[in-house]
Amino acid sequence: METLAMHISNGIIDGPVAAVFAAFALVVLALCVLRGRRDLDDRLAPMAGLVAAFIFAVQMLNFPLLTAGVSGHLLGGALAALLVGPWIGALCVAVVLVVQALVFGDGGVAMLGLNITNMAVFGTAAAYLLIALLLRVLPRTPAGLGVTAFVSALVSVVVAAMGFVVQYWLGGTTDLGGNLGGLAGTMAGVHLLIGVGEGLITATTVVTVAKVRPDLVYALRALKPVAPAPAVPVAGGAR
Amino acid sequence: MGAGHAHVLYRESASPVHRLPPEVKLAAMVLFTLAVVATPRAAFWAFGGYALLVAAVATLARVGPGWLLSRAAIELPFVLFAFALPFLGAGERVEVAGVALSVDGLLGGWNIVAKGTLGVLASLLLAATTTTRDLIVGLDRLRCPQVVTQIATFMLRYLDVLVGEARRMRVARISRGDDPRFLWQLRGFAAGVGSLFLRAFERGERVYLAMLSRGYSGRMPAVWQGAGAATAGQWLAGAAVPLVAVAIAATAVVLT
Repeated sequence: METLAMHISNGIIDGPVAAVFAAFALVVLALCVLRGRRDLDDRLAPMAGLVAAFIFAVQMLNFPLLTAGVSGHLLGGALAALLVGPWIGALCVAVVLVVQALVFGDGGVAMLGLNITNMAVFGTAAAYLLIALLLRVLPRTPAGLGVTAFVSALVSVVVAAMGFVVQYWLGGTTDLGGNLGGLAGTMAGVHLLIGVGEGLITATTVVTVAKVRPDLVYALRALKPVAPAPAVPVAGGAR
Repeated sequence: MGAGHAHVLYRESASPVHRLPPEVKLAAMVLFTLAVVATPRAAFWAFGGYALLVAAVATLARVGPGWLLSRAAIELPFVLFAFALPFLGAGERVEVAGVALSVDGLLGGWNIVAKGTLGVLASLLLAATTTTRDLIVGLDRLRCPQVVTQIATFMLRYLDVLVGEARRMRVARISRGDDPRFLWQLRGFAAGVGSLFLRAFERGERVYLAMLSRGYSGRMPAVWQGAGAATAGQWLAGAAVPLVAVAIAATAVVLT
C-alpha cells in the first residue's frame, strides 16, 4: 500500500535535502529516546507497542485521490501523543515508518528522514502542543477530551502534509513551476478530509479508553497529579 | 503468536541469502538504496546495472520474478504521480505523439519510477529472506536504542493480537444477528473501534505480564539471537552487492 502523499518514495526529493532532514530526524529521535526512556514503565511499554500496532494497521487504510495521483492515509500522531506522550509517541510513529520502509517498501529508505520529520516529528509535536493547550481550556469531560482529540488529530494531519509541500519546494526533483501552489492546495484539501476521519477515530478511541481506564491516557496523567485508577476489567469478552 | 512467527512476505528457504545474519542484510539493503538514490537520473545504464544486481540476489535467494513483481504493485499510486509529471512540469517542452511534454517532467517521472522500483524490490528481497524476529535482532545488533527495538518488538507482537481481537468482535457481531454487506461492514467496525483498542490492550497487557514473569527485561533472551553475530566473512559476502552498487553510482556521478 504505497502512498505518495505521506510516504515519500525514493527519488521524489533530491539527495541533499533528504540528507539534511535525515540528520534533523535523527537528532530529534535521539532526544525522544533520552526523554522517552524515563517514561517507558511497565504500563507504557505494552501501550506503546499497541499504539504502534494500531497505527500500523490504520495506515493501511488509504484514500486514493485521482488528482495528480496524490493519496493519503491516517497518521496516528495525535493518538500516540494522547496515549503515550510526545516522546514515546514520536518514537512509535517513527518505528512504524521504519518497519514499513524496510520490510514493506512503503516509503523509500533514503527518504525515511523526510517521512519521519513530517509524520513522527511535526505531526506528533503539533498534536501534543494543541492537546496541552486545549486540555487546559476545555472542560474536563469526555466531550472536552473528544474535542481535544478531534482538533489535534485534524491539525496534525494537515501540518504533516504541509511538511511534504515545504520539502518538495526545497528539493523536489521535478520543477513544477507555478503548479507548486496547486500541489499545496490539493494536499491541504485532501488532508483536511483525511484529518476529519482521523479526528473521529482518535476521539472515539481515546474517549473509550479514558472512560474505562483513565490511568492509561498519558495526557490526562500529566495534568492530574494522581489519577485514581480503578482497574476495571472489560466486562465479558473472550479471554 | 507474535514476533516469533514469519510475516506474510517471508519466503521459507535455506538459500545463502536467508542464512546471512540480519544485520548484514539490513546494512547492505540501506547502503544499496542510498547508492541508487545518489545516482544522477540521466545515467540510464547505471539503473540497468542495479536491476541486474537485484536479479542476481533474487536468484540466489530463490525468489521468483512473478512473486517480486506482483508484490511490487504496492508502488502503483506513486507511479501515477510520475506519469502526471511530464504534463505538470515546467520548462523546456518536447513533442511526443503530438503532445507537448516537459523534458524535466519526463526525466523526473523516470527518476521516480526507476529509483522507487529499485527501492521497493530491495526491501521486498529483505522481507522475503528475513523473519520479523531476525529483523529485530539485526536492529539490536546494529546498536539501535533499546527503547526503539522494544517498541518494534511489541508492535509486531501486538499486530496479531489486534487482528485476532478484531476477528473475535466480528464473529460476536455476526452471531448476534448483524449481517453486514459490502461497505456497511465498516459501520459496525467504526462503532467498535474504541472497545477494540481497549480489548487488544488488556490482552496485550497480559501478554506483557506473562513475558515479565518469564524473565523479560526489555531485551530478547540470548536464545533468540540464534546463531551468533555476523563473522568478518559474512560481512564481506554481504558487502559485495552494495559495494558494486556504490562503484556504479560513483562512475555515473563522474561520467555525467
